[in-house]
Amino acid sequence: MTLTLDAVAIRFRAAPPLFPPLSMHVAPGEIGTVMGSSGIGKSTLLDAVGGHLDHGFVCSGRIVLNGRDLAGLPPEQRRIGLMFQDAVLFPHLSVADNLAFGLAARIKGRSQRRDMVLRALERAGLGGTADRDPATLSGGQRARAALMRTLLSEPLALLLDEPFSKLDAGLRAEMRAFTFAHIRDSGIPALMVTHDATDAQGAAGPVVHLG
Amino acid sequence: MSGGAYSLWSLRAVALGCVSLGILAPVAAGMWQTVRAAFGSLPAIGAFGPDAGPWADLLAMPGLLAAVRLTIVTGLGATVLSLMVAIGVCAALHGRRSPRLAARVLVPFLAMPHAALAIGLAFVLAPSGWIGRAMAPWLGWDRPPDLATVNDPWGLALILGLMIKEVPFLLFVLLSALTQIPVRQQMAAGRALGYGRGMVWIKVILPQLWPLIRLPVMIVLAYGMSVVDMALILGPSNPPTLAVMLTRLFSNPDLRLLLPASAGGLLQLGLVIAAFALVWLVQRGLRVLGGCWVRRGRRGGWTEPGLALTVVVLSGLVVLGGLAMSAMLVWSFAWRWPWPALVPDSWSLRAWMAPAGGWGRALGHTVVIALCSAGLSLLLAIAWLEGEDRARRGRARWAEVLVHVPLLVPQVSFLFGMNILLLRLGLSGSLLAVIWAHSLFVFPYVMLALAAPWRALDPRLGRTAAALGAGPWRRLIGIKLPVLLAPVCAAAAIGVAVSVAQYLPTLFIGAGRVPTLTTEAVTLAASSDRRVTGVYASLQAALPFLAYLLAFALPAIVHRNRRDLRGQVPE
Repeated sequence: MTLTLDAVAIRFRAAPPLFPPLSMHVAPGEIGTVMGSSGIGKSTLLDAVGGHLDHGFVCSGRIVLNGRDLAGLPPEQRRIGLMFQDAVLFPHLSVADNLAFGLAARIKGRSQRRDMVLRALERAGLGGTADRDPATLSGGQRARAALMRTLLSEPLALLLDEPFSKLDAGLRAEMRAFTFAHIRDSGIPALMVTHDATDAQGAAGPVVHLG
Repeated sequence: MSGGAYSLWSLRAVALGCVSLGILAPVAAGMWQTVRAAFGSLPAIGAFGPDAGPWADLLAMPGLLAAVRLTIVTGLGATVLSLMVAIGVCAALHGRRSPRLAARVLVPFLAMPHAALAIGLAFVLAPSGWIGRAMAPWLGWDRPPDLATVNDPWGLALILGLMIKEVPFLLFVLLSALTQIPVRQQMAAGRALGYGRGMVWIKVILPQLWPLIRLPVMIVLAYGMSVVDMALILGPSNPPTLAVMLTRLFSNPDLRLLLPASAGGLLQLGLVIAAFALVWLVQRGLRVLGGCWVRRGRRGGWTEPGLALTVVVLSGLVVLGGLAMSAMLVWSFAWRWPWPALVPDSWSLRAWMAPAGGWGRALGHTVVIALCSAGLSLLLAIAWLEGEDRARRGRARWAEVLVHVPLLVPQVSFLFGMNILLLRLGLSGSLLAVIWAHSLFVFPYVMLALAAPWRALDPRLGRTAAALGAGPWRRLIGIKLPVLLAPVCAAAAIGVAVSVAQYLPTLFIGAGRVPTLTTEAVTLAASSDRRVTGVYASLQAALPFLAYLLAFALPAIVHRNRRDLRGQVPE
């Protein structure tokens, strides 16, 4: 499983491209990092890979995941997980239901699905939070729940949008280690945008500077 | 990018098509029929124009000039006064009272149908009403004084009634517009420069606020100038306002009067357009004069008494409104209530005991029409907003403006023309036609209520769901609608309230064959039986209350354990 960006550039309507064409190759279990100051179009790049570009944005170049060109695919068919700096848990669902929303549909049976969700929570150190309101979790707990939700959906790749920038310093190192370990275990390529050099060091994968 | 975004049958195209064909085209067609009839062309009654006869007939009508004058005075007067009070109250109370608390106090007044309020207010204001009874011992009246306190020839009671409804509406509009402006910082900056509170409001906040509230103010203005039910109950009767005069002509058994009535419909439209033009001119003028005024830099501290006065006026309106609501309820249970007692001597359920004799059927019609038109409008609004999301385009502003056309064009100007078309299709007088006619007026309000919260929804929720493999329908039903449950419920309640309040569409499109609580209450208001009138008015007011109560309770119960979704008041 590999993620390849081949001369990817994005522009809004007739405006000049946001950044020079970007090429990158991320191998399975590897975390590629895109660095750059804010406003340069890092998040827009992730939108293009995930299929979330707003109307009016034009993406040129090729984005290939496991040999499949992603152009024209709606986001729900790309199987690319998405992590933001806020966990973005669904506020109307309990913690367990948030994970169940993500859990791949090929897992059948109520009790089996419930078991998988509970085991994932346990693995993330969230045992006992299953029926809680996500708004009552701490920042670190929310981030871990969001990562578990994404991994349960069995993504083929992962996008991380400044994933640790809202956590305080101590928690940041812990979450970074937790997230990167899970990505390496699952053997999928990940693409992270950040302005924090320590994130890039921890990722230890290819790094591209924008702008 | 995504499949379907460009296809002809995208949800967005379907929603815009429904709005164009279901709402805009019929209004335009109805207007066209009115224009034809105004120039003497109405084949159904053997009139084959074009000729100017209807206009000559209209101009020859006794009291036309007085009716026009009354329309301008009451419509413009009520709107200007309401706007001044609402802005003053906002300036006086902003930052002191929590907006959420204010919203809760306002909800009953927003829910109250115009007709029910007018009936209750007439009970309070009439010489034999509560005010007269309270004053009787002091002034030594042994019977109700012979004063025209309701239906006064100047339209003062009508202006008062309109204000009780419109001040809370405008306050609500202002409160939500104010959330878009950093009032606290600007107020602090202005006061640090030595300007008084009122002055900062007038010179700094108001100019930014105006573009945000202009459309609702126009709606209030158009409504005030063309309202029929409230004007029938509270307004002067001879001559009445133009809209009432035209409604009488349209309902006259003499079909030849339809032609001058249609001409009058155009005149009514012309008056509203002229009022809009006046607003525009005043706005232009104020921009020039206000600029000079601001540059002179006078601080001026004279506004505090004015602000206090607006709060007093609002309190008076709220008390009168509360009294009006109580009065109709008390009358519906009253049996013997001699002058000048403040409460009835004896009580009775008699007026309520005969649902089969009338109010049962009217209640049934009202509920069915309200649920269907609110439901249809809600579906269409959701389809529209979801269609926008799926096309990942911005808002279709042209359509958004056009949706409000039914609220800006006087009802009396196009409903008759629309009914001509329905007659030709054999649909006039059917329940279905009335539901559809209500939807014309319900949909804009539902859209207005739902659009802001929908567009404010965090787009990352939908993106996260898509990244987890959820398709567009699962994102809509599994994520967006549950998260937006409170505003969806609120929009539905507003839809119900708007439908229950409709008078003219029910009367014209229902061709008198679909009696609702509103049409029956307005008819009864002219009679002398206050007990039965009280029953209909109370029921009419109860339905929107119930809808708002449900809209408030349902999300609170469903989301009781979800901290991030609680604490949103229905808007």
